[in-house]
Amino acid sequence: MSHDISLEVAAVEVDSRVPATPAATKRIRSRKPFAWKVLGARAALIVLWLGSWELCARTIIDPFFYSQPSKIWDKLVIWFTDGTSLGSIWENMGVTLEEAVLGFITGVVGGVVLGVLLGRSTFLADVLAPFIKGANAIPRIVLAALFVIWFGFGLPSKVATAFVLVFFAVFFNAFQGAREVDRVLVDNARILGASRWQLLRTIVLPSATSWILASMHVAFGFALIGAIVGEFIGADRGVGLLIAHSKNNFDSAGVYAGMLVVTAMALVAEWLLTKLEHRLTAWRPPVASGASGL
Amino acid sequence: MTQSTQPAIQLRGATKMFATKTGTPFTAITDVTLDVAAGEFVTIVGPTGCGKSTTLSLVSGLEPATRGTVQVHGTAVDGIPNGVGYMFQSDAVLPWKNVLDNVAIGLRYNGVKKAEAHDRARDWINRVGLAGFEDRYPHQLSGGMRKRVAMAQTLIGEPSLLLMDEPFGALDVQTREFMQDQLLDLWSGTGAAVVFVTHDLTEAIALADRVVVMTAGPATIKSIVPVDLERPRKVEEIRLTPEFTELYRSVWDSLREEVEITRARGASRVA
Repeated sequence: MSHDISLEVAAVEVDSRVPATPAATKRIRSRKPFAWKVLGARAALIVLWLGSWELCARTIIDPFFYSQPSKIWDKLVIWFTDGTSLGSIWENMGVTLEEAVLGFITGVVGGVVLGVLLGRSTFLADVLAPFIKGANAIPRIVLAALFVIWFGFGLPSKVATAFVLVFFAVFFNAFQGAREVDRVLVDNARILGASRWQLLRTIVLPSATSWILASMHVAFGFALIGAIVGEFIGADRGVGLLIAHSKNNFDSAGVYAGMLVVTAMALVAEWLLTKLEHRLTAWRPPVASGASGL
Repeated sequence: MTQSTQPAIQLRGATKMFATKTGTPFTAITDVTLDVAAGEFVTIVGPTGCGKSTTLSLVSGLEPATRGTVQVHGTAVDGIPNGVGYMFQSDAVLPWKNVLDNVAIGLRYNGVKKAEAHDRARDWINRVGLAGFEDRYPHQLSGGMRKRVAMAQTLIGEPSLLLMDEPFGALDVQTREFMQDQLLDLWSGTGAAVVFVTHDLTEAIALADRVVVMTAGPATIKSIVPVDLERPRKVEEIRLTPEFTELYRSVWDSLREEVEITRARGASRVA
């Protein structure tokens, strides 16, 4: 599920590099009066979806298995007012977020450093290619079990799981980005007297930035998945553990409520990343892609 | 005293071959022998795709010669020689830096302090007529303005050897003539040697002290036409003089055959 959304985001990223034609800008502008229509249609969809679910749960389907919106809402209210079976919901969210953010940061740094290094060095890339492809082919989520054995039930095992998921997502994009740097820009910088390090800092990194940023949207989703799966497998706190507990108690409303909490966290992170992206790419021509709001 | 006798560029039998996917090496230029004196403006014309740019990349040290020798200021080229400036055919300004930082970047690479680099960059931005655009990003400028940024970026390092690869090729005629005049203004008195590659015979003759005509690929030098028109020149005036027409005819006579060979090859490739 979250994977699909990430793919869409990545696609939008690619889109946004296409400069806008005046006609496209006009089309976007003329869309504005319809914003209310769009919002209204969305609200109607949500009402239809939740309403039919609630109705079915009260009539034909068994809410014990499938739960119902009102029960999920009640669960959320209880979590946020009285707390969960594992203590304050905020504390559990904090734990999961800390794991995800630490895994995300280490994964992004590792992925960018190694990606750019290999992208700029054909020798290193040739030597390491089979190993990286092999490592990428490992069903990395299984490593979470290994990490729990290695690092215990605490924070490090989840950070490690998030790291291995984030690292590869960022690595491949950074690698590609570093490879596709415009030759003319590189030659020009060399003629102007750039050293290897200056070339990397002023030419390669900035031009790989859009690739790296595109991968970061996907990567934060992966970091959350890593943290949650890690908590599923073995933890003492966290939203993942909360979901696992609900599952063990056949509390389907609790599973849904946990899902919603994680989704909200991912959306906030996505919003922050988009802000960061706009800051880092202020030099780009303004984008007038209709889908840029995604 | 040695400086007057020593050419800025000395090519002796320079040959460049590239490896191709099929395995047979592709010869871009072969046996090019040419001297360019300090302060001399040389233009190179030749049929499309004949290897004119390759000559520049040998001199700039971006590519090593396969055979023959390439010397800049009397030293064999190994890596990028000191004092070389290169203006590329396509945009080489950094899209993520504004005009000021783009112009200053060469100085920054060479360890000049930021404040001083910016001062000198402002001076050059004025000289190329872009005052007031310091904070703009390249995508906010027209093609001609971006070329002027690139020109300031190259000239700020005060190169003693300026290599230009069809720098004005993508511009409209008015902008191109304006840029040509501006280049001549900025160049005059600097004592820099210029090698300027172009398709445009009018441009080649209007700018040059000598026009080098190259053969169809693999390219070598076919003829060299000296241009003894007076300086300072105004491009749009000089091209109307009878002397200019005469020069144009002699360069074109030399080039026509080569263009026809290239065209015939193109046709046979299509057929």
